Amino acid sequence: MRSESSEHWLDRPSSIPKLWAGFIAALALTVLAEWVVALYPHFDVEKLHAFNALYGFGTCILMIVLAKGLALWLKRPDTYYQDTESENSHD
Amino acid sequence: MTEGLLHPGLILIVGGLLLLGLQGKSRQVVSALLPALALWVAVGLPVDVSWSVPFLDYQLTPFRVDKLSKLFAIIFTLMATVGAIYSLRQNSRLELPAALLYAGSAVGVALAGDWFTVFVYWEFMAVGSTLVIWSAGTSDAWRAANRYALMHLFGGVVFFAGVTGHVLQTGQLAVGHIALDSGAHWLMLAGVLINAGAPPFSAWLPDAYPEASWSGMVFLSAFTTKTAVYTLIRGFAGHEVLIWVGLFMVFYGIVYALLENDMRRILAYSIVNQVGFMIAGIGIGTEMALNGASAHAFTHIIYKALLLMSAGSVLMMTGKRKCSELGGLFHTMPWTTVLGTIGALAISSFPFTSGFVSKSMISQASADGHLLGVWLLLTAASAGVFLHAGIKFPWFVFFQKDSGLRPPEPPRSMIVAMVILAAMCLGLGVWPEPLYALLPHSVNYVPYTASHVLTQTQLLLFSGLAFFVMLKYLKRTLTITLDADWLWRRAFSAILRVALMVWNAWLDWLSARWEQVLTGLYGLMRNLGSGQGLLSRTVSVRSMSFALIGVLALQLLIFYF
Repeated sequence: MRSESSEHWLDRPSSIPKLWAGFIAALALTVLAEWVVALYPHFDVEKLHAFNALYGFGTCILMIVLAKGLALWLKRPDTYYQDTESENSHD
Repeated sequence: MTEGLLHPGLILIVGGLLLLGLQGKSRQVVSALLPALALWVAVGLPVDVSWSVPFLDYQLTPFRVDKLSKLFAIIFTLMATVGAIYSLRQNSRLELPAALLYAGSAVGVALAGDWFTVFVYWEFMAVGSTLVIWSAGTSDAWRAANRYALMHLFGGVVFFAGVTGHVLQTGQLAVGHIALDSGAHWLMLAGVLINAGAPPFSAWLPDAYPEASWSGMVFLSAFTTKTAVYTLIRGFAGHEVLIWVGLFMVFYGIVYALLENDMRRILAYSIVNQVGFMIAGIGIGTEMALNGASAHAFTHIIYKALLLMSAGSVLMMTGKRKCSELGGLFHTMPWTTVLGTIGALAISSFPFTSGFVSKSMISQASADGHLLGVWLLLTAASAGVFLHAGIKFPWFVFFQKDSGLRPPEPPRSMIVAMVILAAMCLGLGVWPEPLYALLPHSVNYVPYTASHVLTQTQLLLFSGLAFFVMLKYLKRTLTITLDADWLWRRAFSAILRVALMVWNAWLDWLSARWEQVLTGLYGLMRNLGSGQGLLSRTVSVRSMSFALIGVLALQLLIFYF
């Protein structure tokens, strides 16, 4: 069914570096644009250059770390309740 | 003048009951047209009318329209209409009638002018939504529906206990602002918050909704939590506690969704997250914040339904729901991929989508109030929405590794429903004025400034960067994350089992010795009743009246306290 020629361009390994390049260019553009676009910061902290970039990236990493930390304590196999509930129904 | 006015909620409820008796082509026609009729009636509702009827010593107002109730009546009937189109291929004959009862009752709450009517529709919603989950027909759905029903009946009881106390204290039945100055008022708030998915009861939502059918969850996502949001706007705006409840829900949703593997549970956690934004806005309580919460409820219903429709299409066509088994579906489901991604962009509040014009009003309200801490948390949460839903859902379902699955697109009726909602996500994003005109307060807000577009884009793209940098840690595993529902699914049942064991042991002991026990009891009674027994002794009038005074004094004390 799927020959090399009909392969979607997103499936080609060679596309991945190109996608990253495009993504990084877009990221850079949003930071550079701060020199061109007039910003209206409400709080002092917003006056920091690329505040939203740093803050968005930083808080996302924090949230992932928080989630992984919570998982150490609360993660269970996804059959966890099925085991107990089928056991209950045999009662 | 209220003659000739139709109640759009009753159209849905009565129509849902009629549907139960219809089959084949006529059923399809009625299911598509009836909710559309209700939507048409809702759009045409005149503002500031009400209809009251005396009931015992009170005045009931089952029908009251103002801008806020009209906004919610429109979005609820709109959702019922598009949901009915989406579910035309649903084989369950119960699901759509139940969903229409559910949707109609939600409209009923929005148009209710007194707390008693609110409560009655509240309970109908619980029944309708339980039947929607139940009609999925699996044993998991059956058990989840039972847990769901218990939770909502409990919430209803708490709410009604509060309403009863409120009426006793104030003599007022009319829906209006509730000051948190008595236990009864806190009970009302607690009852509403249970339906909103607030802690510690958030777990009912991701527990129950994803067990519904591919179309059932689309309906479920729209009504219960948003009716609670509506009721909070009506009765509890400006209570600071709601800011913190909302912020907790926002981060709870993100953290749990990040760890989740089931695609529709990711979206369920994301409902709690989005309702958190609305509740935080209600807690801020300014006109801007309440407009933001109302607008966000409106846009959220649309894009969350769109996301769940794309997930429902995947579930219907593949029978799979775990991210670890999905991926690469964009090959053969390009429409579903594109439409689902539009929903994902809208929930992330990308510029030119509906989320951008609604959520930013809540952020703006926190900035206007100089609430730096709240603003920083809301901004972090906006980044987190892109992380846990905006990228995570489309990435793991439609892209990531190739799962080898090559399902076809879903039936046309489902695509049509998704196209309608996607068009609204983009349409409201570029042209928000019709939505702003419907909001309860006049809107003095311009979402599209170069500064706002740039800062929001930067925030989202860099949270996208965080996603791909950390992708290795976000890889899905066959796990769930324990939540408060562990208490009622595991701990309580364990306690119950121990209690049953003790009870049974006692019964065993009793049945082994019942003869001895009965003989003992008989002997005791004979002694009490015989000549000099406690109950047949002659007692002087003096000590008798002394005992009586004691009893009366005790009664007085009990009444006093």
